[in-house]
Amino acid sequence: MSAGSLFNQSARHPLSGPRGIWSVLHIDPILLFLLLVLIAGGLVVLYSGADQNMAVVKAQGIRMGVALIVMFVFAQLDPAVFRRWSPWLFAAGVASLVAVMLVGVGAKGAQRWLAIPGLPRFQPSELMKLVVPMMAAWYLSRHYLPPRLRHVVVALLIVLLPMVLIILQPDLGTSLLVGSAGIFVVFFAGISWRLIGAFFAMVSVAAPLMWFFVLREYQKQRVLTLLDPQSDPLGAGWNIIQSKTAIGSGGVDGKGWLQGTQSHLEFLPESHTDFIVAVLAEEFGFVGMLILLVVYLLIILRCLYIAATAQDSFSRLLAGALTMTFFIYIFVNVGMVSGLLPVVGVPLPLVSYGGTSGVTLMAAFGVLMSVHTHRRMISA
Amino acid sequence: MPWGEFKNIVAERRLFQRRAIVMLLLVLVLLGLLVARMYQLQVVEHDIYTTLSDKNRVQVQSVAPPRGLVYDRNDVLLAENRPVFSVTLVPERVGDMQQTLAKLHGMLSISEEDMERFNRRLLEPRRPFQELPLRYDLNEQEIARLAVHRHELPGVEVSAELVRYYPHSELTAHALGYVGRINRQELQRIDPVNYAGTNYIGKSGVERFYEELLHGRVGYQHVETNARGRTLRVLERENPVPGEDIRLHMDLRLQRLAHELLDGRRGAIIAIEPSTGGLLALASVPGFDANQFVTGIGVEAYRELSTSVDKPLFNRALRGQYPPGSTLKPMLAIAALDSGAVTRDKTIWDPGYFRLTPGGRPWRDWKRGGHGWVDLTAAVAESCDIYFYEAAVAMGVDTMHQYLSQFGFGEDATLDVAGALSGLLPSRDWKRAVHSEPWYPGDSVNLGIGQGFMLSTPLQLATATSVIANRGNWAEPRLLKEVKGDRSIDEVLPTGSHQSIELENPDDWEFVVESMAEVMHGSKGTARGAGRGAPYRMAGKTGTAQVFSLAEDEEYDEEEIRERLRDHALFVGFAPVDNPQIAVAVIVENGGSGSGTAAPVARAMFDAWLLGFPAEGEALVIGSSAEASR
Repeated sequence: MSAGSLFNQSARHPLSGPRGIWSVLHIDPILLFLLLVLIAGGLVVLYSGADQNMAVVKAQGIRMGVALIVMFVFAQLDPAVFRRWSPWLFAAGVASLVAVMLVGVGAKGAQRWLAIPGLPRFQPSELMKLVVPMMAAWYLSRHYLPPRLRHVVVALLIVLLPMVLIILQPDLGTSLLVGSAGIFVVFFAGISWRLIGAFFAMVSVAAPLMWFFVLREYQKQRVLTLLDPQSDPLGAGWNIIQSKTAIGSGGVDGKGWLQGTQSHLEFLPESHTDFIVAVLAEEFGFVGMLILLVVYLLIILRCLYIAATAQDSFSRLLAGALTMTFFIYIFVNVGMVSGLLPVVGVPLPLVSYGGTSGVTLMAAFGVLMSVHTHRRMISA
Repeated sequence: MPWGEFKNIVAERRLFQRRAIVMLLLVLVLLGLLVARMYQLQVVEHDIYTTLSDKNRVQVQSVAPPRGLVYDRNDVLLAENRPVFSVTLVPERVGDMQQTLAKLHGMLSISEEDMERFNRRLLEPRRPFQELPLRYDLNEQEIARLAVHRHELPGVEVSAELVRYYPHSELTAHALGYVGRINRQELQRIDPVNYAGTNYIGKSGVERFYEELLHGRVGYQHVETNARGRTLRVLERENPVPGEDIRLHMDLRLQRLAHELLDGRRGAIIAIEPSTGGLLALASVPGFDANQFVTGIGVEAYRELSTSVDKPLFNRALRGQYPPGSTLKPMLAIAALDSGAVTRDKTIWDPGYFRLTPGGRPWRDWKRGGHGWVDLTAAVAESCDIYFYEAAVAMGVDTMHQYLSQFGFGEDATLDVAGALSGLLPSRDWKRAVHSEPWYPGDSVNLGIGQGFMLSTPLQLATATSVIANRGNWAEPRLLKEVKGDRSIDEVLPTGSHQSIELENPDDWEFVVESMAEVMHGSKGTARGAGRGAPYRMAGKTGTAQVFSLAEDEEYDEEEIRERLRDHALFVGFAPVDNPQIAVAVIVENGGSGSGTAAPVARAMFDAWLLGFPAEGEALVIGSSAEASR
């Protein structure tokens, strides 16, 4: 298979020697470059956000190294492999989510982890961010697109099942990311606009129901706090007030690296994890934020290009959904930290410290690179 | 591949690409929204958040001024400030209070009292993020242990503050008073700005009277703090104005001697420098350790002090109101001479008793059988009661009241002695108002020997004696000798309002003083034993005051009850006669006779002041307990 890929790549780019190497490696150099810029910049901000604790930066660097290897491995697999494995991975994922409910471990009242002897502890919900869009793409791409209503319904059920399981952990943030990944597949599959309108109508009906029956007290509190953070300035509103203060006091060009008073004097909570963007905004100002968002935008553009030029429906749907999931991370995190959205535990992708999300995200980029580098001649 | 073969690949790709463009637009719109939000926060509202951020990190802290020091007349330090470390908790920052307290219990010794006080303060209304003290006066090991475990104990801080310390506490407690934590009533009356950083306030004595002077002016500093309130650096500072150091008239050596002389007894000694009114000694025995009260005394220790039958907390010198007894006779002699009730030569026959009317109730002399023929000098020297009974009746209450009030009886005549009581100088009006009875001639008879309704504090007796020593010139008793700083003493020391006592014949002063000298040096003087062998001449008057009642307590054996029912021994006097340097009043509770118990005490005070103090070691042998019990 690799010989064929090599042939295809060379045939499309007969002039560029170095690019030949990239296609042998199944790496998209543009995407890789953008990701490395993001990761490197992230480590610089993290050094400040973690209060100049080099150990934290080192740990994150190692984690990102591992994530790059994972990306590389995923990039080597042909999209057809993912497609073939989708149902099995989905079944295994749902089973492990059920297992988490029964025998999972966790902290702060949430069971999110599965500790299987002999394997490293892992978070099945994190894997579902990849597996759910794969499964939805697998299912929808088996049929004519745009899908018929009954296929849409089945696809939505495929998305809904793991979502519910994850909500029950409870982990609203991950559940929303998994759900949106699946929904994006359905959208990219060409679901009719009328159905989309109906979906939004449904959501607007479901939202109040969610409020009363699904959301936990602390989650409701976060929403209420968003609407009026001053109502509880030392309690739930603290995070939002302090992060807005950090961002706002940064001004146009920021207070300078390591000079952020909000983060270094410990006013800003979670300054090296979920709220790290506030550190960046405080120290590098509006200019820094623009640069960050532009890098993100370039990554998204490249990924959408990869999706648009993919050869088969499965690859297209999967690539598009993974790209949009990445964007949702950005939007929810920055929106939350700047007080536009309620506080949901979503990290800033590839910048926030810790979590398995970095590995999952890089795996997703691996899938995208695989999609891009395993194309065959017939598409030309 | 069962799919794909019949699918319209090109159409599907076009469909996807259209959708991708929609998504791209969505991404651009939402990213634009984020950019707009950042623009709003960072550019439009930048100033608001800069202010918020500065408010976050910069706090204005008040800096307590160091309290002024107190010295005696020889610049011996009587009250100083020493650093004391205490552990405080900020409940808002302590995660798990129970767990934190349990951990602290493992590191420090925290008594039940500490816990009780802490829990009480925890429930009281307070400012948010206010530090609550848990234990004071940590030792070095405890401070080190806390420092090691500091990271496990959020909201727990070790704070240092300067706390008042009295190096000669037992000796000076009653004269200096003490400071203590500001309580709720005091919070109402103090200036909240000036006391913003202060935890202590003068509760009694000099500390209370000169509170404003000793306290100083509060300072401020702008500090950068982190979210846990820990101060990181000082940005700007306006230094506090320290309290003024002051010097008292008191001589610690004399004060110590007074305590030693009364050691093991209950009583008071006042010594005044007549020319200035300066209080050289102000001793009330037993004393107590005022340092205990500074950071808050334990319930048990306080109960022990307050219920002790010796009443160590009771300031006998200023607040003990005793019948002055015969010590009032010199002042009455002045009154009788000047009012014309007696003459210098008037002689009476003292048969040992006195009757207002023939066959009426007899008032007895202290000497069974009487003194025989006595004139005024003899009446003072031998303390003849009959002579003064007659003189009192001749004068009447109004005259006596008029003269005695000129000597400062019935009022607090001090300038700066906080808490001094005014005793009781009876009059017709007073008796009618309080007892709803007219003044009877018999009441005058009693007043003639300082008994009956009359009450006086030892300080008042010393004051009146000092006025005699000054031949009628007033110098109100005062503690403050000098303010060491910029302020002049006239600014802070109230001015006296007493007029000198002008007599028809000013030579009467010398006459009465000479009769007082007879008490000490005359062949029949009641205190001739105490005056014997002195290289200088002194004047004095002995007295005894009957103990009218005693709160009888079953715990004491008969002998002790009998001891506590004995008369109080009194003595007033000054020396040398011609150029008085020191006037004293001595009371020894249940001391028996003034001549036997109180007069020798006064002699020792005179000797020390006029001839020099015994060497340090000797003095300590007599009354080492005052030093050792600290």
